[in-house]
Amino acid sequence: MIDRRPGLRVGLLLTPPMLWLGVAYLGALAALLVTSLWTQNDFTGSIERAWTLENFRTLFTVDVYRTITLRTIGIAALVTVIDVVLAFPIALYMAKVASPRLQRILVISVLTPLWASYLVKAYAWRGMLSADGPIAWIARPFGLDTPGYGLPAVVITLSYLWLPYMILPVYAGLERLPDSLFEASADLGAGAWTTLRRVVFPMAFPAVVAGSIFTFSLSMGDYIAVKIVGGTGQLLGNVVYDNQGAANNLPFAAAVATVPIVVMLAYLTAVRRTGALENL
Amino acid sequence: MATSSSRSIAMSRGLRRSLGGFTVLVLAVVYVPLLLVLINSFNTDNTFGWPPPGFTLHWWKVAAESSGARDALVTSVEVALCATAVALVLGTLAAMGLRRTRFFGRNAISLLIILPIALPGIVTGLAFQNGFRTILGVQLSIWTIVIAHATFCIVTVFNNVQARFQRLGASYEQASMDLGAGRWTTFRLITFPMLRSSLLAGALLSFGLSFDEIVVTTFTASSQDQTLPIWILQNLFRPNQAPVVNVVAAVLVIASAVPIYLAQRLSGSTAEGLTGAR
Repeated sequence: MIDRRPGLRVGLLLTPPMLWLGVAYLGALAALLVTSLWTQNDFTGSIERAWTLENFRTLFTVDVYRTITLRTIGIAALVTVIDVVLAFPIALYMAKVASPRLQRILVISVLTPLWASYLVKAYAWRGMLSADGPIAWIARPFGLDTPGYGLPAVVITLSYLWLPYMILPVYAGLERLPDSLFEASADLGAGAWTTLRRVVFPMAFPAVVAGSIFTFSLSMGDYIAVKIVGGTGQLLGNVVYDNQGAANNLPFAAAVATVPIVVMLAYLTAVRRTGALENL
Repeated sequence: MATSSSRSIAMSRGLRRSLGGFTVLVLAVVYVPLLLVLINSFNTDNTFGWPPPGFTLHWWKVAAESSGARDALVTSVEVALCATAVALVLGTLAAMGLRRTRFFGRNAISLLIILPIALPGIVTGLAFQNGFRTILGVQLSIWTIVIAHATFCIVTVFNNVQARFQRLGASYEQASMDLGAGRWTTFRLITFPMLRSSLLAGALLSFGLSFDEIVVTTFTASSQDQTLPIWILQNLFRPNQAPVVNVVAAVLVIASAVPIYLAQRLSGSTAEGLTGAR
Protein backbone atom coordinates (compact mmCIF):
# COMPACT_ATOMS: atom_id res chain seq x y z
CA MET A 1 0.00 0.00 0.00
CA ILE A 2 2.79 2.40 0.93
CA ASP A 3 4.61 1.40 -2.25
CA ARG A 4 1.64 2.27 -4.41
CA ARG A 5 0.86 5.56 -2.75
CA PRO A 6 3.90 7.84 -2.58
CA GLY A 7 1.76 10.60 -1.12
CA LEU A 8 0.92 8.42 1.86
CA ARG A 9 4.58 7.53 2.36
CA VAL A 10 5.63 11.21 2.31
CA GLY A 11 2.78 11.96 4.69
CA LEU A 12 3.88 9.27 7.15
CA LEU A 13 7.50 10.44 7.04
CA LEU A 14 6.61 14.07 7.52
CA THR A 15 3.98 13.62 10.23
CA PRO A 16 6.34 13.36 13.26
CA PRO A 17 8.57 16.34 12.35
CA MET A 18 5.52 18.37 11.38
CA LEU A 19 3.77 17.57 14.64
CA TRP A 20 6.85 18.80 16.49
CA LEU A 21 7.63 21.90 14.42
CA GLY A 22 4.28 22.73 12.88
CA VAL A 23 2.05 22.03 15.85
CA ALA A 24 4.23 22.36 18.97
CA TYR A 25 6.68 25.05 17.85
CA LEU A 26 4.38 27.14 15.67
CA GLY A 27 1.69 26.65 18.31
CA ALA A 28 4.03 28.04 20.96
CA LEU A 29 4.84 31.03 18.72
CA ALA A 30 1.14 31.64 18.12
CA ALA A 31 0.44 31.36 21.84
CA LEU A 32 3.18 33.94 22.42
CA LEU A 33 1.37 36.38 20.13
CA VAL A 34 -1.90 35.67 21.92
CA THR A 35 -0.28 36.20 25.31
CA SER A 36 1.04 39.57 24.17
CA LEU A 37 -2.61 40.66 23.91
CA TRP A 38 -3.34 39.72 27.52
CA THR A 39 -2.42 41.62 30.65
CA GLN A 40 -1.02 40.91 34.04
CA ASN A 41 -2.82 41.78 37.23
CA ASP A 42 -0.44 44.04 39.14
CA PHE A 43 -1.68 42.85 42.54
CA THR A 44 -1.96 39.09 42.18
CA GLY A 45 0.70 38.73 39.49
CA SER A 46 -1.57 36.33 37.60
CA ILE A 47 -2.20 36.64 33.89
CA GLU A 48 -5.63 37.91 32.94
CA ARG A 49 -6.93 36.54 29.68
CA ALA A 50 -8.72 39.68 28.58
CA TRP A 51 -7.92 41.14 25.16
CA THR A 52 -6.08 44.43 25.11
CA LEU A 53 -3.52 46.32 23.05
CA GLU A 54 -2.11 47.93 26.17
CA ASN A 55 1.28 46.16 25.94
CA PHE A 56 1.85 47.37 22.40
CA ARG A 57 0.74 50.88 23.31
CA THR A 58 3.37 50.91 26.06
CA LEU A 59 5.98 49.50 23.69
CA PHE A 60 5.39 52.15 21.03
CA THR A 61 4.71 55.21 23.16
CA VAL A 62 7.16 54.95 26.05
CA ASP A 63 10.38 56.61 24.93
CA VAL A 64 12.78 54.18 26.54
CA TYR A 65 11.34 51.19 24.65
CA ARG A 66 11.41 53.03 21.34
CA THR A 67 15.05 53.96 21.96
CA ILE A 68 15.96 50.38 22.88
CA THR A 69 14.18 48.99 19.80
CA LEU A 70 15.97 51.36 17.42
CA ARG A 71 19.28 50.80 19.21
CA THR A 72 18.92 47.01 18.90
CA ILE A 73 18.16 47.18 15.17
CA GLY A 74 21.03 49.66 14.72
CA ILE A 75 23.52 47.46 16.57
CA ALA A 76 22.38 44.35 14.66
CA ALA A 77 22.89 46.22 11.37
CA LEU A 78 26.27 47.60 12.43
CA VAL A 79 27.50 44.18 13.56
CA THR A 80 26.36 42.71 10.24
CA VAL A 81 28.22 45.37 8.23
CA ILE A 82 31.41 44.91 10.29
CA ASP A 83 31.25 41.15 9.79
CA VAL A 84 30.73 41.47 6.02
CA VAL A 85 33.72 43.81 5.76
CA LEU A 86 35.92 41.45 7.80
CA ALA A 87 34.62 38.20 6.34
CA PHE A 88 34.59 38.96 2.63
CA PRO A 89 38.37 39.34 2.09
CA ILE A 90 39.05 36.31 4.29
CA ALA A 91 36.51 34.18 2.44
CA LEU A 92 37.88 35.37 -0.91
CA TYR A 93 41.42 34.49 0.11
CA MET A 94 40.33 31.08 1.40
CA ALA A 95 38.26 30.24 -1.67
CA LYS A 96 40.31 31.66 -4.51
CA VAL A 97 43.91 32.30 -3.46
CA ALA A 98 44.97 29.78 -0.82
CA SER A 99 46.40 26.44 -1.92
CA PRO A 100 44.17 23.42 -1.15
CA ARG A 101 46.33 22.56 1.85
CA LEU A 102 46.26 26.09 3.26
CA GLN A 103 42.55 26.20 2.50
CA ARG A 104 41.97 23.22 4.74
CA ILE A 105 44.00 24.75 7.55
CA LEU A 106 42.12 28.04 7.25
CA VAL A 107 38.71 26.33 7.32
CA ILE A 108 39.73 24.58 10.53
CA SER A 109 41.04 27.78 12.08
CA VAL A 110 37.74 29.52 11.30
CA LEU A 111 35.70 26.60 12.63
CA THR A 112 37.58 26.08 15.89
CA PRO A 113 36.48 29.36 17.53
CA LEU A 114 32.94 28.54 16.41
CA TRP A 115 33.01 25.45 18.59
CA ALA A 116 34.43 27.32 21.56
CA SER A 117 31.57 28.13 23.88
CA TYR A 118 29.59 31.30 23.23
CA LEU A 119 29.76 32.26 26.90
CA VAL A 120 33.51 31.69 27.02
CA LYS A 121 34.03 34.03 24.08
CA ALA A 122 31.85 36.77 25.58
CA TYR A 123 33.63 36.22 28.88
CA ALA A 124 37.01 36.42 27.13
CA TRP A 125 36.11 39.90 25.88
CA ARG A 126 35.18 40.91 29.42
CA GLY A 127 38.79 40.09 30.30
CA MET A 128 40.18 41.82 27.19
CA LEU A 129 38.26 45.05 27.84
CA SER A 130 38.59 45.24 31.62
CA ALA A 131 40.19 48.30 33.19
CA ASP A 132 43.47 46.45 33.85
CA GLY A 133 43.19 43.99 30.94
CA PRO A 134 45.42 43.56 27.88
CA ILE A 135 43.72 46.25 25.73
CA ALA A 136 44.19 48.90 28.42
CA TRP A 137 47.78 47.67 28.86
CA ILE A 138 48.54 48.06 25.14
CA ALA A 139 46.63 51.33 24.72
CA ARG A 140 47.93 53.17 27.75
CA PRO A 141 51.46 53.94 26.43
CA PHE A 142 49.72 55.69 23.49
CA GLY A 143 47.59 57.78 25.83
CA LEU A 144 44.50 55.74 24.98
CA ASP A 145 42.33 53.50 27.10
CA THR A 146 40.06 50.48 26.77
CA PRO A 147 36.53 51.35 25.61
CA GLY A 148 35.42 49.66 28.84
CA TYR A 149 32.00 48.05 29.24
CA GLY A 150 29.21 49.63 27.23
CA LEU A 151 27.62 49.64 23.79
CA PRO A 152 30.96 49.83 21.86
CA ALA A 153 32.06 46.74 23.77
CA VAL A 154 28.78 45.05 22.80
CA VAL A 155 29.38 45.80 19.11
CA ILE A 156 32.97 44.47 19.31
CA THR A 157 31.92 41.32 21.16
CA LEU A 158 28.93 40.55 18.94
CA SER A 159 30.99 41.10 15.76
CA TYR A 160 33.60 38.76 17.17
CA LEU A 161 31.04 36.13 18.17
CA TRP A 162 29.26 35.99 14.81
CA LEU A 163 32.23 36.44 12.45
CA PRO A 164 32.55 32.71 11.58
CA TYR A 165 28.83 32.60 10.70
CA MET A 166 29.58 35.16 8.00
CA ILE A 167 32.90 33.71 6.79
CA LEU A 168 31.61 30.17 6.23
CA PRO A 169 28.60 30.83 3.95
CA VAL A 170 30.53 33.49 1.97
CA TYR A 171 33.46 31.09 1.60
CA ALA A 172 31.11 28.33 0.41
CA GLY A 173 29.46 30.76 -2.03
CA LEU A 174 32.79 31.97 -3.45
CA GLU A 175 34.15 28.47 -3.74
CA ARG A 176 31.28 27.55 -6.05
CA LEU A 177 32.26 30.34 -8.46
CA PRO A 178 34.25 28.82 -11.32
CA ASP A 179 37.73 30.29 -11.79
CA SER A 180 36.90 30.70 -15.48
CA LEU A 181 34.66 33.62 -14.57
CA PHE A 182 37.68 35.48 -13.25
CA GLU A 183 39.63 34.66 -16.39
CA ALA A 184 36.78 35.66 -18.68
CA SER A 185 36.44 38.96 -16.89
CA ALA A 186 40.19 39.59 -17.15
CA ASP A 187 40.20 38.60 -20.84
CA LEU A 188 37.48 41.13 -21.45
CA GLY A 189 39.78 43.78 -20.05
CA ALA A 190 38.55 44.18 -16.48
CA GLY A 191 41.08 44.88 -13.77
CA ALA A 192 41.04 43.00 -10.47
CA TRP A 193 38.89 45.60 -8.74
CA THR A 194 36.37 45.75 -11.58
CA THR A 195 36.15 41.96 -11.56
CA LEU A 196 35.53 41.95 -7.83
CA ARG A 197 32.94 44.68 -8.03
CA ARG A 198 31.07 43.62 -11.16
CA VAL A 199 31.43 39.83 -11.16
CA VAL A 200 32.46 38.39 -7.80
CA PHE A 201 30.44 40.49 -5.42
CA PRO A 202 27.10 40.23 -7.29
CA MET A 203 27.49 36.47 -7.56
CA ALA A 204 28.48 36.08 -3.91
CA PHE A 205 25.67 38.36 -2.76
CA PRO A 206 23.18 35.57 -1.86
CA ALA A 207 25.86 33.98 0.32
CA VAL A 208 26.54 37.31 2.04
CA VAL A 209 22.81 37.67 2.66
CA ALA A 210 22.69 34.13 4.06
CA GLY A 211 25.46 35.05 6.50
CA SER A 212 23.68 38.27 7.39
CA ILE A 213 20.59 36.31 8.45
CA PHE A 214 22.72 34.73 11.17
CA THR A 215 24.58 37.86 12.25
CA PHE A 216 21.44 39.99 12.23
CA SER A 217 19.15 37.51 13.95
CA LEU A 218 21.70 36.49 16.57
CA SER A 219 22.40 40.14 17.40
CA MET A 220 18.68 41.02 17.55
CA GLY A 221 18.06 38.43 20.21
CA ASP A 222 21.18 38.68 22.29
CA TYR A 223 20.98 39.67 25.91
CA ILE A 224 23.80 37.69 27.50
CA ALA A 225 26.75 39.43 25.82
CA VAL A 226 25.09 42.72 26.77
CA LYS A 227 24.96 41.58 30.39
CA ILE A 228 28.61 40.53 30.29
CA VAL A 229 30.26 43.47 28.48
CA GLY A 230 27.43 45.98 28.03
CA GLY A 231 27.67 47.77 31.35
CA THR A 232 24.33 49.47 31.91
CA GLY A 233 23.40 49.35 28.22
CA GLN A 234 20.24 47.47 27.30
CA LEU A 235 18.96 45.75 24.19
CA LEU A 236 15.52 44.31 23.41
CA GLY A 237 16.63 40.93 24.72
CA ASN A 238 17.26 42.39 28.17
CA VAL A 239 13.77 43.88 28.26
CA VAL A 240 12.28 40.51 27.31
CA TYR A 241 14.37 38.65 29.85
CA ASP A 242 13.71 41.10 32.67
CA ASN A 243 9.95 40.87 32.10
CA GLN A 244 9.61 37.10 32.01
CA GLY A 245 9.36 34.80 35.00
CA ALA A 246 6.65 34.39 37.60
CA ALA A 247 7.00 37.74 39.36
CA ASN A 248 7.21 39.89 36.27
CA ASN A 249 5.14 40.73 33.25
CA LEU A 250 5.07 37.85 30.77
CA PRO A 251 2.44 39.44 28.47
CA PHE A 252 4.64 42.52 28.08
CA ALA A 253 7.72 40.34 27.47
CA ALA A 254 5.70 38.58 24.76
CA ALA A 255 4.80 41.91 23.17
CA VAL A 256 8.46 42.96 23.13
CA ALA A 257 9.46 39.60 21.63
CA THR A 258 7.16 40.20 18.67
CA VAL A 259 9.50 42.99 17.54
CA PRO A 260 12.40 40.67 16.59
CA ILE A 261 9.86 38.24 15.05
CA VAL A 262 8.40 40.95 12.81
CA VAL A 263 11.84 42.34 11.93
CA MET A 264 13.24 38.88 11.10
CA LEU A 265 10.18 37.81 9.08
CA ALA A 266 10.36 41.07 7.12
CA TYR A 267 14.07 40.47 6.57
CA LEU A 268 13.56 36.85 5.48
CA THR A 269 10.77 37.88 3.10
CA ALA A 270 12.91 40.65 1.65
CA VAL A 271 15.90 38.37 1.01
CA ARG A 272 13.96 35.34 -0.24
CA ARG A 273 14.22 36.51 -3.83
CA THR A 274 18.03 36.65 -3.68
CA GLY A 275 18.07 32.88 -3.20
CA ALA A 276 19.86 33.34 0.13
CA LEU A 277 17.74 30.76 1.92
CA GLU A 278 19.24 28.00 -0.23
CA ASN A 279 22.68 29.12 0.97
CA LEU A 280 22.01 28.60 4.65
CA MET B 1 36.85 20.67 -1.62
CA ALA B 2 37.42 20.01 -5.27
CA THR B 3 38.81 23.32 -6.41
CA SER B 4 40.92 23.62 -9.48
CA SER B 5 44.53 23.32 -8.47
CA SER B 6 45.72 26.32 -10.46
CA ARG B 7 45.48 29.33 -8.22
CA SER B 8 46.46 31.70 -10.97
CA ILE B 9 43.18 33.54 -11.16
CA ALA B 10 43.11 37.06 -12.36
CA MET B 11 44.25 38.88 -9.28
CA SER B 12 47.36 40.92 -9.04
CA ARG B 13 50.11 39.72 -6.76
CA GLY B 14 49.69 42.73 -4.52
CA LEU B 15 45.97 42.07 -4.09
CA ARG B 16 46.57 38.42 -3.27
CA ARG B 17 49.25 39.37 -0.76
CA SER B 18 47.05 41.94 0.95
CA LEU B 19 44.17 39.46 1.14
CA GLY B 20 46.54 36.94 2.73
CA GLY B 21 47.92 39.48 5.16
CA PHE B 22 44.42 40.60 6.15
CA THR B 23 43.31 36.98 6.68
CA VAL B 24 46.29 36.17 8.89
CA LEU B 25 45.83 39.37 10.90
CA VAL B 26 42.11 38.90 11.56
CA LEU B 27 42.45 35.22 12.40
CA ALA B 28 45.29 36.04 14.79
CA VAL B 29 43.09 38.61 16.53
CA VAL B 30 40.31 36.00 16.71
CA TYR B 31 42.56 33.74 18.77
CA VAL B 32 43.88 36.41 21.17
CA PRO B 33 40.84 36.44 23.52
CA LEU B 34 40.83 32.63 23.65
CA LEU B 35 44.55 32.61 24.51
CA LEU B 36 43.87 35.18 27.21
CA VAL B 37 41.36 32.81 28.83
CA LEU B 38 43.95 30.02 28.78
CA ILE B 39 46.70 32.22 30.25
CA ASN B 40 44.41 33.73 32.89
CA SER B 41 43.50 30.29 34.18
CA PHE B 42 47.09 30.21 35.53
CA ASN B 43 47.08 33.86 36.68
CA THR B 44 47.87 34.24 40.40
CA ASP B 45 45.92 37.52 40.47
CA ASN B 46 42.28 36.60 40.97
CA THR B 47 41.09 39.81 39.33
CA PHE B 48 43.15 38.92 36.22
CA GLY B 49 45.40 41.98 36.11
CA TRP B 50 47.51 42.17 32.97
CA PRO B 51 50.34 41.28 32.67
CA PRO B 52 49.95 38.39 35.14
CA PRO B 53 52.10 38.89 38.26
CA GLY B 54 52.71 35.13 38.46
CA PHE B 55 51.47 31.70 37.45
CA THR B 56 49.83 28.97 39.53
CA LEU B 57 47.98 25.68 39.14
CA HIS B 58 45.92 26.46 42.23
CA TRP B 59 42.69 27.39 40.37
CA TRP B 60 42.79 24.20 38.32
CA LYS B 61 42.85 22.21 41.56
CA VAL B 62 39.97 24.23 43.00
CA ALA B 63 37.97 23.81 39.80
CA ALA B 64 38.58 20.06 39.71
CA GLU B 65 36.96 19.85 43.15
CA SER B 66 34.01 22.09 42.25
CA SER B 67 30.96 19.86 42.49
CA GLY B 68 28.73 22.60 41.05
CA ALA B 69 30.65 22.65 37.80
CA ARG B 70 30.74 18.85 37.62
CA ASP B 71 26.99 18.45 38.18
CA ALA B 72 26.30 21.14 35.59
CA LEU B 73 28.53 19.34 33.11
CA VAL B 74 26.59 16.09 33.61
CA THR B 75 23.26 17.90 33.14
CA SER B 76 24.54 19.53 29.96
CA VAL B 77 25.67 16.21 28.50
CA GLU B 78 22.33 14.57 29.36
CA VAL B 79 20.33 17.36 27.76
CA ALA B 80 22.54 17.42 24.66
CA LEU B 81 22.30 13.62 24.22
CA CYS B 82 18.49 13.59 24.52
CA ALA B 83 18.02 16.61 22.25
CA THR B 84 20.36 15.05 19.67
CA ALA B 85 18.47 11.75 19.75
CA VAL B 86 15.18 13.54 19.01
CA ALA B 87 16.80 15.71 16.33
CA LEU B 88 18.31 12.66 14.63
CA VAL B 89 14.93 10.96 14.26
CA LEU B 90 12.92 14.04 13.27
CA GLY B 91 15.61 15.54 11.01
CA THR B 92 16.10 12.29 9.11
CA LEU B 93 12.35 11.75 8.69
CA ALA B 94 11.94 15.29 7.39
CA ALA B 95 14.81 14.94 4.92
CA MET B 96 13.43 11.61 3.66
CA GLY B 97 9.94 13.05 3.38
CA LEU B 98 11.06 16.05 1.36
CA ARG B 99 13.29 13.97 -0.89
CA ARG B 100 12.29 13.62 -4.56
CA THR B 101 8.91 15.09 -3.87
CA ARG B 102 7.60 18.38 -5.09
CA PHE B 103 4.37 19.38 -3.55
CA PHE B 104 2.62 22.49 -2.47
CA GLY B 105 4.06 23.64 0.83
CA ARG B 106 7.48 22.06 0.36
CA ASN B 107 9.21 25.43 0.68
CA ALA B 108 7.06 26.26 3.68
CA ILE B 109 8.29 23.10 5.41
CA SER B 110 11.94 23.94 4.66
CA LEU B 111 11.36 27.40 6.09
CA LEU B 112 9.69 25.92 9.15
CA ILE B 113 12.74 23.74 9.79
CA ILE B 114 15.09 26.74 9.57
CA LEU B 115 12.81 29.00 11.61
CA PRO B 116 13.98 27.94 15.10
CA ILE B 117 17.54 29.05 14.28
CA ALA B 118 16.51 31.97 12.07
CA LEU B 119 14.46 33.54 14.86
CA PRO B 120 16.41 34.98 17.80
CA GLY B 121 16.87 32.65 20.77
CA ILE B 122 14.83 34.89 23.07
CA VAL B 123 11.79 34.36 20.83
CA THR B 124 12.07 30.58 20.78
CA GLY B 125 12.89 30.54 24.49
CA LEU B 126 10.04 32.80 25.54
CA ALA B 127 7.57 31.01 23.23
CA PHE B 128 8.38 27.67 24.88
CA GLN B 129 8.33 29.08 28.39
CA ASN B 130 4.97 30.71 27.78
CA GLY B 131 3.67 27.56 26.09
CA PHE B 132 4.72 25.30 28.97
CA ARG B 133 3.84 27.50 31.90
CA THR B 134 0.98 29.76 30.88
CA ILE B 135 -0.77 27.62 28.27
CA LEU B 136 -0.15 24.02 29.34
CA GLY B 137 0.57 24.59 33.04
CA VAL B 138 3.67 22.36 32.93
CA GLN B 139 6.53 22.91 35.40
CA LEU B 140 9.89 23.71 33.83
CA SER B 141 12.38 20.86 34.13
CA ILE B 142 15.25 19.20 32.32
CA TRP B 143 12.66 17.83 29.83
CA THR B 144 11.41 21.26 28.85
CA ILE B 145 15.05 22.16 28.06
CA VAL B 146 15.36 19.01 25.94
CA ILE B 147 12.19 19.82 23.96
CA ALA B 148 13.35 23.38 23.26
CA HIS B 149 16.87 22.28 22.29
CA ALA B 150 15.67 19.48 20.03
CA THR B 151 13.57 22.02 18.11
CA PHE B 152 16.55 24.05 16.92
CA CYS B 153 18.79 20.97 16.52
CA ILE B 154 16.53 19.36 13.87
CA VAL B 155 17.92 21.66 11.18
CA THR B 156 21.52 20.43 11.63
CA VAL B 157 20.57 16.79 10.99
CA PHE B 158 18.13 17.76 8.24
CA ASN B 159 20.78 19.83 6.39
CA ASN B 160 23.41 17.10 6.56
CA VAL B 161 21.08 14.30 5.49
CA GLN B 162 19.55 16.36 2.72
CA ALA B 163 23.00 17.29 1.38
CA ARG B 164 23.93 13.60 1.35
CA PHE B 165 20.74 12.64 -0.52
CA GLN B 166 21.41 15.31 -3.11
CA ARG B 167 24.97 14.14 -3.60
CA LEU B 168 24.29 10.42 -3.88
CA GLY B 169 20.95 10.33 -5.68
CA ALA B 170 18.63 7.34 -5.56
CA SER B 171 20.19 4.86 -7.98
CA TYR B 172 21.60 2.50 -5.31
CA GLU B 173 18.25 2.24 -3.62
CA GLN B 174 16.49 1.70 -6.94
CA ALA B 175 18.97 -1.06 -7.79
CA SER B 176 18.28 -2.67 -4.42
CA MET B 177 14.53 -2.59 -4.97
CA ASP B 178 14.95 -3.91 -8.52
CA LEU B 179 16.85 -6.83 -7.04
CA GLY B 180 13.83 -7.62 -4.92
CA ALA B 181 14.63 -6.02 -1.57
CA GLY B 182 11.68 -4.51 0.26
CA ARG B 183 11.54 -0.97 1.57
CA TRP B 184 12.76 -1.87 5.06
CA THR B 185 15.60 -4.08 3.80
CA THR B 186 16.67 -1.33 1.41
CA PHE B 187 16.64 1.21 4.21
CA ARG B 188 18.63 -1.09 6.50
CA LEU B 189 21.23 -2.23 3.97
CA ILE B 190 21.51 0.73 1.58
CA THR B 191 19.99 4.01 2.78
CA PHE B 192 21.19 3.89 6.37
CA PRO B 193 24.85 2.99 5.60
CA MET B 194 24.78 5.67 2.92
CA LEU B 195 23.63 8.24 5.47
CA ARG B 196 25.76 7.10 8.39
CA SER B 197 28.56 9.68 8.25
CA SER B 198 26.13 12.53 7.54
CA LEU B 199 24.08 11.41 10.54
CA LEU B 200 27.22 11.47 12.68
CA ALA B 201 28.12 14.94 11.43
CA GLY B 202 24.59 16.16 12.11
CA ALA B 203 24.60 14.57 15.56
CA LEU B 204 27.96 16.15 16.39
CA LEU B 205 26.70 19.59 15.42
CA SER B 206 23.46 19.08 17.24
CA PHE B 207 25.29 18.00 20.39
CA GLY B 208 27.60 21.02 20.19
CA LEU B 209 24.70 23.38 19.60
CA SER B 210 22.74 22.07 22.56
CA PHE B 211 25.77 21.82 24.85
CA ASP B 212 26.67 25.45 24.25
CA GLU B 213 23.15 26.92 24.25
CA ILE B 214 22.41 29.55 26.87
CA VAL B 215 19.63 31.89 25.71
CA VAL B 216 16.84 29.38 25.11
CA THR B 217 18.04 27.43 28.14
CA THR B 218 17.65 30.34 30.56
CA PHE B 219 13.99 30.57 29.51
CA THR B 220 13.13 26.88 29.67
CA ALA B 221 15.10 25.72 32.74
CA SER B 222 13.73 25.72 36.26
CA SER B 223 15.87 27.27 38.97
CA GLN B 224 17.12 23.79 39.97
CA ASP B 225 18.35 22.76 36.54
CA GLN B 226 21.84 24.00 35.86
CA THR B 227 23.47 23.29 32.55
CA LEU B 228 27.14 24.21 32.28
CA PRO B 229 26.49 27.53 30.48
CA ILE B 230 23.95 28.49 33.16
CA TRP B 231 26.43 27.59 35.87
CA ILE B 232 29.09 29.76 34.19
CA LEU B 233 26.68 32.68 33.82
CA GLN B 234 25.58 32.49 37.44
CA ASN B 235 29.14 32.38 38.77
CA LEU B 236 30.62 34.89 36.34
CA PHE B 237 29.91 37.92 38.46
CA ARG B 238 30.87 36.37 41.81
CA PRO B 239 34.38 37.66 42.55
CA ASN B 240 35.48 34.62 44.58
CA GLN B 241 34.27 32.21 41.87
CA ALA B 242 35.81 34.09 38.93
CA PRO B 243 39.09 32.11 38.79
CA VAL B 244 37.17 28.80 38.83
CA VAL B 245 34.89 30.02 36.04
CA ASN B 246 38.00 30.97 34.11
CA VAL B 247 39.42 27.45 34.45
CA VAL B 248 36.13 25.94 33.23
CA ALA B 249 36.25 28.39 30.31
CA ALA B 250 39.82 27.32 29.53
CA VAL B 251 38.76 23.66 29.56
CA LEU B 252 35.96 24.46 27.10
CA VAL B 253 38.39 26.27 24.79
CA ILE B 254 40.65 23.22 24.75
CA ALA B 255 37.67 20.88 24.36
CA SER B 256 36.50 22.73 21.24
CA ALA B 257 39.32 21.00 19.36
CA VAL B 258 37.62 17.61 19.89
CA PRO B 259 34.60 18.11 17.57
CA ILE B 260 36.90 19.67 14.95
CA TYR B 261 39.11 16.61 15.07
CA LEU B 262 36.10 14.27 14.90
CA ALA B 263 34.59 16.19 12.00
CA GLN B 264 37.87 15.97 10.11
CA ARG B 265 37.98 12.23 10.71
CA LEU B 266 34.37 11.80 9.64
CA SER B 267 34.50 12.96 6.08
CA GLY B 268 37.08 15.63 5.58
CA SER B 269 34.26 17.82 4.32
CA THR B 270 33.94 20.10 7.32
CA ALA B 271 32.11 22.75 5.38
CA GLU B 272 29.13 20.54 4.58
CA GLY B 273 26.20 21.76 6.57
CA LEU B 274 28.37 23.25 9.27
CA THR B 275 27.10 26.70 8.47
CA GLY B 276 23.79 25.65 9.95
CA ALA B 277 25.43 25.80 13.34
CA ARG B 278 24.80 28.41 15.89
